[in-house]
Amino acid sequence: MDTDAKIYWEDVSPGDVFELGERRVGREEIVAFARAYDPQPFHVDEEAAKSTMMGGLAASGWHSCCLMMRLMFEGFLSKSSSLGSGGLDEVKWLKPVRPGDVLSARYSVLETRASRSRPDLGICKSLCEVFNQAGETVMTCRFTQFMGRRPADRGAGA
Amino acid sequence: MSLFFEDIELGRVIELGGHRFGAEEIVAFAREFDPQPFHLSEEAARESLFGHLCASGWHTVSIWMRHAVAREHRIRAELAAAGEPAPGFGPSPGVRELTWPTPVYVDDEISFTTSPQTKRVLASRPGWGVVESLNEGVNQEGRTVLRFFGSLFVERRARAGA
Repeated sequence: MDTDAKIYWEDVSPGDVFELGERRVGREEIVAFARAYDPQPFHVDEEAAKSTMMGGLAASGWHSCCLMMRLMFEGFLSKSSSLGSGGLDEVKWLKPVRPGDVLSARYSVLETRASRSRPDLGICKSLCEVFNQAGETVMTCRFTQFMGRRPADRGAGA
Repeated sequence: MSLFFEDIELGRVIELGGHRFGAEEIVAFAREFDPQPFHLSEEAARESLFGHLCASGWHTVSIWMRHAVAREHRIRAELAAAGEPAPGFGPSPGVRELTWPTPVYVDDEISFTTSPQTKRVLASRPGWGVVESLNEGVNQEGRTVLRFFGSLFVERRARAGA
């Protein structure tokens, strides 16, 4: 049996899905994040938010991304040979994230390829979807994930 | 100066100001949202692809956002002082092609810009349009550390006058 339980690039294939756990989002943290980074009325002021397109207080889209990142770290990246991200193809904010929402997330592997220039590196195209407690998709993110290759396999199969 | 849909000039590069990323704030942000080893300690980062402690990409883009919103508040304050109407704030439906070509290392000075690229009116939301802008951050050596296209709902002047 393999004693190294870490998830390497070789261990993931297109179609693999990782469920990432849950995170409740409180009013105070929504407002605190927004005051620091994105103080638009619909992120910081309950009353002012009512008359905006958001229709009420909602988390900054960047806050949602940060919470998604934390869920990805806890549920996948910290158990893997992740080496960081090369960037995002797209982020879509589909529904407002409201105070008290319980977010969950799902990480799907879309494509994998070995790096041409780095034998110790593999690349995944991945999708992370974030849902609220009603099962509605609040955001999606398609991105490039760099992962380390299993030491014994480095350079093979490229 | 205005922020209404009709008044936004395509292709203009707007300076948003700069920010120095200190080690403490890099680590504090990462602890909360992105605790990968290369965002937490210089020692761990030395063994990573990045070589040194560097900011979470989400931190970099959040600071870009802080500067973009600060500009919106400044312009609204000027309009209010002049007794002129200002558009409502509109949310963003999303961003695309976001890259972090160079890491943001400790004490880097990043200058942020935004440049409106395309505008379209919305049949589905009368009174609003969508503006897509190219948004960037550049370090003290002129290297791009952040680049993305961001969309924003922007109110049309016609609606405010109606």
